Amino acid sequence: MTCIIIDDEAAARAIVSQLCAKTPELDVIEEFSNAIDAIKFLNQQNIDLVFLDIHMPGFTGIDFVQTLKNPPMVVLTTSDTNFAIEAYEYEAIVDYLVKPITPERFAKSIQKVKNSLTAQPVQGADTASSGVGNELYINIDRRLIKLKFEDILFIEAKGDYIDVKTTKEDYRVHNTLKKIKEKLPAELFLQIHRSYIINFTKIIDIEDNSVLIEKNVIPISRSNRPELMRRLNLL
Amino acid sequence: MEQPNLSYIKQLAGGDTAFEDKFITILKDEFPGEKKEYEKALQEKRLHDTALIVHKLKHKLNILGLEQGYGIAVDYEERLRRGNSDLSGAFREILETIEKYLKTI
Repeated sequence: MTCIIIDDEAAARAIVSQLCAKTPELDVIEEFSNAIDAIKFLNQQNIDLVFLDIHMPGFTGIDFVQTLKNPPMVVLTTSDTNFAIEAYEYEAIVDYLVKPITPERFAKSIQKVKNSLTAQPVQGADTASSGVGNELYINIDRRLIKLKFEDILFIEAKGDYIDVKTTKEDYRVHNTLKKIKEKLPAELFLQIHRSYIINFTKIIDIEDNSVLIEKNVIPISRSNRPELMRRLNLL
Repeated sequence: MEQPNLSYIKQLAGGDTAFEDKFITILKDEFPGEKKEYEKALQEKRLHDTALIVHKLKHKLNILGLEQGYGIAVDYEERLRRGNSDLSGAFREILETIEKYLKTI
């Protein structure tokens, strides 16, 4: 795993570098004393992981993460924990190490990075069907949550996100309706509106241009209505 | 007064004496400049800048095992951000202790 270290303090860079040297899977390509030089470097070279100091003069670690369009995985390093909550708002940030970093804590962090890498094919889509059962995994805050198809009521598009409503809980996932549709069995799910996919078996009734699922009234678009009607077992 | 030590550095080195030597050299090179930068900012009453340098210096207090000193630095940094430099005397003593220690290793 290739990595770079960004910290304005030479002693801090030396510590992270030493910890990396003791970790066979890590290969430190470069060290930087400021974020600007690191950004120039990252524009020319792909790196797997960045160890990034939050507190740097003029340009914080958070600024750094926000600046990059496709940031690599980032492990933040800092002398205080004030930024912790803000840090975890960014998907690229895998962990947060408080200085002075101990070898034990560093090892845990690298394990987190490895776990994150393993989960990445799923993370890229943020949803994946297992291919073996009747379930779908969704990625929420780096946790893969299993949803049984039979528990899903409907899915609603909300801008860059989709809301997955289930019989137990609701989940917001960074993904598109089109992608999740590909993961759902067509015999159970049907798109009835550009913003809605419903579990066909959960319909309570259909009235005019809407369906009722539990207490939710979901619109049916004119173009999707014929397919819905075709699939109903009408008497 | 609490004295600096190399426990953390030795833990990190795990017997790698080349790293220990290299790291001590880095500390000896970096610390005087940061201390000077700190003193200048404080003298010019640039308290926000002073807080930023204290933030950086407090990591070195941690590295050198100065737990009480670290506590003072955390408090001092907070106060500086609010425009209060009352703990400058206590912090100066810590820096001087480090300065003397670095000359002995």
